[in-house]
Amino acid sequence: MPLYRGKVTAFIGPSGCGKSTLLRILNRMYDLYPNQRATGHVTLDSANILSPSQDLNLLRAKVGMVFQKPTPFPMTIFENIAFGIRLYERLTKSELEDRVRHALERAALWDEVKDKLGANGLSLSGGQQQRLCIARTVAVRPEVILFDEPCSALDPISTAKIEELIDELKDDYTIAIVTHNMQQAARVSDFTAFMYLGELVEFGETTRIFTTPNDRRTQDYITGRFG
Amino acid sequence: MDTALYSKRRRRNVITMALAYGATGFGLSWLVLILAVLLWEGFSGLSLSVFTEMTPPPGSAGGLLNPIAGSLVMTVIAVLIGTPLGILAGTYMAEYGRYDKLTMVVRFINDILLSAPSIVVGLFIYEVMVAQMGHFSGWAGAVSLAVIVVPVVVRTTEDMLTLVPDTLREAAASIGLPRSLMIQRVAYRAARAGMITGVLLAVARISGETAPLLFTALNNQFWSLNLNAPVSSLPVVIFQFALSPYKDWQKLAWTGALIITLAVLALSIVARILTAQRKTS
Repeated sequence: MPLYRGKVTAFIGPSGCGKSTLLRILNRMYDLYPNQRATGHVTLDSANILSPSQDLNLLRAKVGMVFQKPTPFPMTIFENIAFGIRLYERLTKSELEDRVRHALERAALWDEVKDKLGANGLSLSGGQQQRLCIARTVAVRPEVILFDEPCSALDPISTAKIEELIDELKDDYTIAIVTHNMQQAARVSDFTAFMYLGELVEFGETTRIFTTPNDRRTQDYITGRFG
Repeated sequence: MDTALYSKRRRRNVITMALAYGATGFGLSWLVLILAVLLWEGFSGLSLSVFTEMTPPPGSAGGLLNPIAGSLVMTVIAVLIGTPLGILAGTYMAEYGRYDKLTMVVRFINDILLSAPSIVVGLFIYEVMVAQMGHFSGWAGAVSLAVIVVPVVVRTTEDMLTLVPDTLREAAASIGLPRSLMIQRVAYRAARAGMITGVLLAVARISGETAPLLFTALNNQFWSLNLNAPVSSLPVVIFQFALSPYKDWQKLAWTGALIITLAVLALSIVARILTAQRKTS
């Protein structure tokens, strides 16, 4: 199953079908826990990222992730973003400030926080914190951004802002989003993958999946018969 | 509604509440009594000379300068030895080895050490250091206090680090942060207040430990900062002076007890302030 560059691919399916688990394989997040493992092939830039010789930190710098619950670091807003940049690049103070500003602008957060960059990241509202996390992910210039149900903890207005954001971001990044909200998947994505009970049932262009799905199970899910 | 049943419940509630308040009052009153007696007996002896003059022979005026200095030096060294060991061990248990069998074993042994009688610690260091070196020393005293510091710091470090949510660790990993940096820059920062509190609690604990010092640093009547020889300390001096038949020595013992209590109180308040600050940020 491909993830196309410059496009948004959504993973949909009922709870517990394995969408988040699949997403977390793409940046080898399971490696943080000793009892989890993955077998098979996931290819990024012609390399199998599941092989033991893959450098995990470099992989994760290329494949960023935004989680369901906003988790800003316990630092200032500026530090939250500069932190990741400083890991891999050596920049002058003004270059760093430019990068931080650019990341916050991309996340549509700059206007709201430009006067309080020294405030603690945790002092922002939920929607702002999530946009801060997006800015943090964008700041390290990944190739792929994974969104794991990014809006499920947010109110509708913040959700709309983030969906707009994803639409703008797809020009520069490859995006995969897991969502349990079918309407969101239909709004936001170009391609959709339907999963059921741990299996990838169907994959294709969003418009086709939502109008003329091939598989019976996809049809049932889309029409709301379960999940 | 069955009024008999309801009033029976209300009565039971009143009785239980009364017992709860009574128990609280009983416990608190002992605390207040102890503090009151300490203040009553020790406060009048509190003066500048207590902090500037040495322990006197019975019958002369004097102060507690050398035991205060000795206690301070040994406490600081104990913390310097014990804290890094404790933090590193706690970090291993919470971060690298969280799901290992080894961690379970270490945690179990650590809990035993936490409540080990301090006199046993003193005797152990006596065998290992004092007997080997051939004489009592301040170093042995500091090491025996460090042995008491380590389990406290291990426990609080592990507990505080485990409290840091895994989602924060995953967020750090997702921008490519290697594990060691994640621990230093994210986990430690998140758990900082709790870990500092742990160190302060350890200091408060060892401030009053007498038994280990009896076998390691012994006591010293004169001013000495030579750690290779017996060093005076507040708890031991209080022990010696309180048991003596001399009134002025007994007075100094009360004052010394008051000083330790006030120091521990101040440390606990600082620990509280630190944790409270975190909550508002």
